[in-house]
Amino acid sequence: MAKYQRWIAYAVIFIILLFVPRLLSIHDLMLFEYGLTFAIVGLGFNLLLGYTGLLSFGHGAYFAVGAYTVGMVAKYYPGAYSLEILIPAALLFSLILSVIFGFLCVRHTKIFFSILALSLSMLLYALLFKLYHLTGGSDGLRVPLPTLLGISFKGIRRPEFLSGTYYYFLLVLFAISCVIMRAIVNSPFGKALQAIRDNEVRAELIGIRVRRFRLYAFILSGMFVGLGGALWSFVNGHVTADLSHWVFSGEIVYMTLLGGFGIFEGPIFGAIIFTYLKLYAMGNTQYWMFVIGATLIVLVLLLPNGVAGAFASLFAKIKKKKNL
Amino acid sequence: MLTVKDLTKHFGGFTAVEDVNLEIKEGEIISIIGTNGAGKTTLVNMISGYLKPDSGTILFSDKDITYASPYIRIKLGIGRSFQLIQLFENSTVLENVKIALFSKYGMIRRGLLPADRYTSVTDEATEILNNFNILDRKNLTPKALSEGDMKILDVAIAFALKSRLLLLDEPTSGVATQDKFKVMDSIVSAIRKEGISTLIIEHDMDIVSGYSDRVIVMHEGKIMAEGKPAEVMENKEVKATLFGIVG
Repeated sequence: MAKYQRWIAYAVIFIILLFVPRLLSIHDLMLFEYGLTFAIVGLGFNLLLGYTGLLSFGHGAYFAVGAYTVGMVAKYYPGAYSLEILIPAALLFSLILSVIFGFLCVRHTKIFFSILALSLSMLLYALLFKLYHLTGGSDGLRVPLPTLLGISFKGIRRPEFLSGTYYYFLLVLFAISCVIMRAIVNSPFGKALQAIRDNEVRAELIGIRVRRFRLYAFILSGMFVGLGGALWSFVNGHVTADLSHWVFSGEIVYMTLLGGFGIFEGPIFGAIIFTYLKLYAMGNTQYWMFVIGATLIVLVLLLPNGVAGAFASLFAKIKKKKNL
Repeated sequence: MLTVKDLTKHFGGFTAVEDVNLEIKEGEIISIIGTNGAGKTTLVNMISGYLKPDSGTILFSDKDITYASPYIRIKLGIGRSFQLIQLFENSTVLENVKIALFSKYGMIRRGLLPADRYTSVTDEATEILNNFNILDRKNLTPKALSEGDMKILDVAIAFALKSRLLLLDEPTSGVATQDKFKVMDSIVSAIRKEGISTLIIEHDMDIVSGYSDRVIVMHEGKIMAEGKPAEVMENKEVKATLFGIVG
């Protein structure tokens, strides 16, 4: 029974999430949708950080590729501008980019890996920024409302689109992402990644091709982040080169740390909390960066396992007390 | 099973191993002894593929593996443990062995089900832990184990790969004196049961004479003496070099 408790909890949460559009104002719902897209990003990012032990400061690049795939198709191939084409296309392009960047990055570990990932994302940033004929440069690209299975949303305002069909589309993709990621981390493949994280030398000694498996993790991680980027672009309505900037990559790291990278659900909580925290900090003080920075300091000092990690420890303690 | 011919390795101007020849037969347990810097670990590092020799050849089951990667050697059946214990610290004892089995059976590439659904792997890992006498600690993480049990687990992981040749680098170093024989009993009984050829680097002469079929003494990169433990212990040159006993 205990084995299924987690899945029952997931199912209950999913059912509650189905009613969220009725419970939240459109403003809060949009924020929640930002949070859900970042949650997919966090899941992907954590495959690399939490499960493989590689800290990337360049994952904004894959987010940007997902988002720009949508923007570019809208601009250059409007005939193909439907969700059922855009999502696989975003996955494909983030796969291609993560294969190329990953091939270069996984040859290194620790600080060298982090800096190389950051440098490559800044290279993409420079391209997105400078190739303005193609990418819109500093203006970025507009993201109109897409079609879904031939249904057009022309004439509908973005908030209505986001609170209706798109919310459920996003929710289903979020649920699928959670299920797939959970299957990955619990599979023997996922255990191999954790083995690499824990002891690279021993992992190699038991026949795990460390560099190759790191590349697999990098690619999967990039694809999840790319998917998050594509889904985010519809909520935001506009994509810019800043998505590939290291500052944005830093936000991905931040939200994962905030939720806790040692626990599967951590980045999901982190993404949603970060979305609200950033917005409310920005809305209430010009020193919002101070708030974000101070939160990170408090987090590192007091909750090194993140918010979800702290809750998990608390539950474990309560359970232990009950058993005594 | 393993034939080493004229193996030589230099580090700059220093000769770590020079023209070493040795042969290990099926199921044989051989110990290498020698003073620090004698070339024991360099020799094992070359056999396991972590160092490339400058000259000479290494044949494993008549196959030339002199320049094969460690990965190829592992797949051919050469497993090893290190002097410094190498374990997966966040996994339990059982999971440490299971991940080796997942790798051995290629499930890390093909297995789609959750890892705990592979009951045959769990059963096999349980049996291995039982053979090594640490089954009762299967749910502990390595941090909760004694040094001796960590050493046993380290060897059990290499054993789980179904290695045909095990290279054990000081399996009792760091283990309390009173536990050394317990550790070696657990390791050697499991190895003997499966008839695995084993090359042990060891300093403790009681261990060497108690568990080896043959002993090789290395000094300054060369093989100084070779034979049954009792014969080697009586060798005057060995006595003088290793124990400082003259006459």
